Amino acid sequence: MMPSSKIPKHLKLRPPVPVAQGTAESGAGPAKIEIRSLNFYYGEVRALSDISMTIADRAITAFIGPSGCGKSTLLRVLNRMYALYPHQRAEGEVRIGGEDILSATVDVADLRYRIGMVFQRPTPFPMTVFENVAFGLRLHAVARGAELHHRVEAALREAALWDEVKDMLNKDGRSLSGGQQQRLCIARTIAVNPDVLLLDEPTAALDPISTLRIEETLQALREKFCIVIVTHNLQQAARVSHVTGFMYMGELVEMGLSSAIFTTPKDRRTDDYITGRFG
Amino acid sequence: MRRFRNGAFLALAVLATTIGLACLAAILWTLVSHGFAGLSSQVFTQMTPPPGSRGGLLNAIYGSVVMTLLGILIGSPIGLLAGTYLAEYGRRSPLSTTIRFINDVLLSAPSIIIGLFVYQIVVVRVGHFSALAGAIALAVIAIPVTLRTTEDMLNLVPAGMKDASAALGAYPWRTLISVIYPAARSGIVTGLLLAIARISGETAPLLFTALNNQFWSTDLNAPMANLPVVIFQFALSPYTNWQDLAWAGALIITTTILLLSILARFLLAMLQAQRGGGR
Amino acid sequence: MAIIDQGHAARQLIYEKVFRSATLCAAILVLLILGGVGASLVHGAWPALHRFGTGFVTREIWNPVTQQFGALGPMYGTIVTSLIAMLLAVPTGFGIALFLTELCPPWLKRPIGIAIELLAAVPSIIFGIWGLFVLAPILQSQTQPWLIAHVGAVPVIGSLFRGPPFGIGILTAGVVLAIMVLPFIAATMRDVFDTVPAMLKESGYGLGATTWEVIWHIVVPHSRVGMVGGVMLGLGRALGETMAVTFVIGNAHRISASLLAPGSTIASAIANEFTEADGDLYTSSLIALGLLLFLITFTVIALAQAMLRRLERQSGGRL
Repeated sequence: MMPSSKIPKHLKLRPPVPVAQGTAESGAGPAKIEIRSLNFYYGEVRALSDISMTIADRAITAFIGPSGCGKSTLLRVLNRMYALYPHQRAEGEVRIGGEDILSATVDVADLRYRIGMVFQRPTPFPMTVFENVAFGLRLHAVARGAELHHRVEAALREAALWDEVKDMLNKDGRSLSGGQQQRLCIARTIAVNPDVLLLDEPTAALDPISTLRIEETLQALREKFCIVIVTHNLQQAARVSHVTGFMYMGELVEMGLSSAIFTTPKDRRTDDYITGRFG
Repeated sequence: MRRFRNGAFLALAVLATTIGLACLAAILWTLVSHGFAGLSSQVFTQMTPPPGSRGGLLNAIYGSVVMTLLGILIGSPIGLLAGTYLAEYGRRSPLSTTIRFINDVLLSAPSIIIGLFVYQIVVVRVGHFSALAGAIALAVIAIPVTLRTTEDMLNLVPAGMKDASAALGAYPWRTLISVIYPAARSGIVTGLLLAIARISGETAPLLFTALNNQFWSTDLNAPMANLPVVIFQFALSPYTNWQDLAWAGALIITTTILLLSILARFLLAMLQAQRGGGR
Repeated sequence: MAIIDQGHAARQLIYEKVFRSATLCAAILVLLILGGVGASLVHGAWPALHRFGTGFVTREIWNPVTQQFGALGPMYGTIVTSLIAMLLAVPTGFGIALFLTELCPPWLKRPIGIAIELLAAVPSIIFGIWGLFVLAPILQSQTQPWLIAHVGAVPVIGSLFRGPPFGIGILTAGVVLAIMVLPFIAATMRDVFDTVPAMLKESGYGLGATTWEVIWHIVVPHSRVGMVGGVMLGLGRALGETMAVTFVIGNAHRISASLLAPGSTIASAIANEFTEADGDLYTSSLIALGLLLFLITFTVIALAQAMLRRLERQSGGRL
């Protein structure tokens, strides 16, 4: 286990949640997501092979790996987005907060309400800024009237967007800039106060300054949520995450403290990838 | 020799285009010159006259507007819902493939056949001609038009938007109503305009459903005057006052339809410009 | 842990089921309409078909007084007018499509394309009165006398162009139909030509081929299926067109050797006589005509759609 002093100081990370590779053997810190022997198939093609891991609450966990390694697929299993498409199926056990979400009895709408997701491209809905953020709250009838306004404002503040949009809440969400749109999507996702926040390459379509704002936002949010981020950008993973998992060809090759993964990887393939020899 | 043949065929292509454009110009010119001669304020204020006396087309215009709107009101929701099924729920099912095929057949089916169909199922049952039967015949013609454009337009909505809504725990119906329909709004409106343009000039299906009525009538359960059938009867009559009114009616109907078509095209072009700019 | 209102969630699920069923019902309704059209026509046509049997399609007689009805005359008129229309419209539409895809300067492309599509939006009744009041007199005073004088004397084909120039008749109906289906054929062919990959054409030009050679040896073979589909779609429209034809065909239930003579099509016979038909057998015979038209157009349109679909799949898979 790496001592916390090894983590770069400028990131001001709180003491990392110790998570051992692949299993919850160290057990320190609350485990939010537990995955055992997960296999995933697109039709006949196996996209995830025998994945087992533990993801801690109130921490940022990053997944890196070359295109097609299965990292995005893993995210789409966690909120069962894959169920929207035919011929995709998952086998194994995925427990979030103790509940097996792959079970047939799980209400998918309820699950997705508890597991928020932000996508690679900003996806503002064709409605006002306010209505975008209120969408999930109205959807599940969790707030109305003054309470609704309060929660929309809180979410926009948490997403560090409030100051920029407070005078244009009635403008179409699609009229914001790309970076603002993505923070709007983050606000929309955290407005319903989910247990887990999934981010699928959230800055891939953004400029460096917008990327920085999003990363700052994530740092502020980690106090509240279990955050899982998939990224192509190795520096981003090193900057924002406590724990990093390296995936390759549908397998979880290595998972551990980000400081360790990026400095002293155990597996040859991880080393090759982070030093740019492939992928 | 090769060059000569090339030149000859290219000249023929230009000639063909000139012929096509000349036909449009000739028809429009005839309409304008004859139509304006018959056009007066009486056309919009008086009823269809008996032979030899003065009159207007008010009852026919009213009847056309009523039956067209009623036809759209009945037909477009069905087309919209069916198009939604094809684009969202049953995207790849064999049922959808069949319906798509049948719809394309209906789209080109002779409208007089639709008239006979509605005559058989409505007029024969009820025992008399009626405006309602005319509206139903127009609705049957409007359904395939709206279905086709709805499906095409819904398919243009970025998949990310649907995923983002689903990721918040929205059921498909909620995603459709709150997100996808608003996003596809101008496309769907275009489809409606095209459907209105299509049915407002239809004559054959009204001949033995709505029939005609020389007098002012607002009773949906009775025969009702309408522009196309009045044009048909008056143009084939030997009376010059009737023929003049027929030309005036033809001008009104063609202007309306061409304006609707141009408006629809304009909306579509704007839509494409928007989408192109968004990329 | 987020708290969720169970009653609200249950209602959402019910709405989802209701909405989904509504869309499914609407989709199935489209199937039922086509089925209903066929069934209602068979039902309505039954008395006539029962009475006349196969004689209905082989006899030329159409006599409301003696209650004898045969569809041969209108069937002949339908087929011949459509053939004339296709003979005129296909080469012209082909030329327009070529002009739009290969020759036209880019700034002219949209205006001409829109003009052609507007021609398609003009309602058929307008073509009808235009044909009756403008085209027919021209044909009567100019074209038909010339045809009678010059082609009428030629053996075999000549018989098609004999007799007095009525102005209205089979030939005029064919010409009006040609103008009507022209935009459909031109637009479909243009879309089909657009599916030819630019690389294919460029490699032709790269070998030094002229525009015409590229079109004839590369574009046309590549888009043959789609072109035939477009032509059949136009044919489907021509066969079933009612109002434009009714104005200019002359409404005679007999088969004349000359194309200049009046005739009738299935659609024009129904449009002209249906509301005046007295007696169940007369009405039933007209509905039987409708059934024939339905079967003919359904076959043609279905074949056309099948061909266009094949092309879509091809170019979809290739792109």
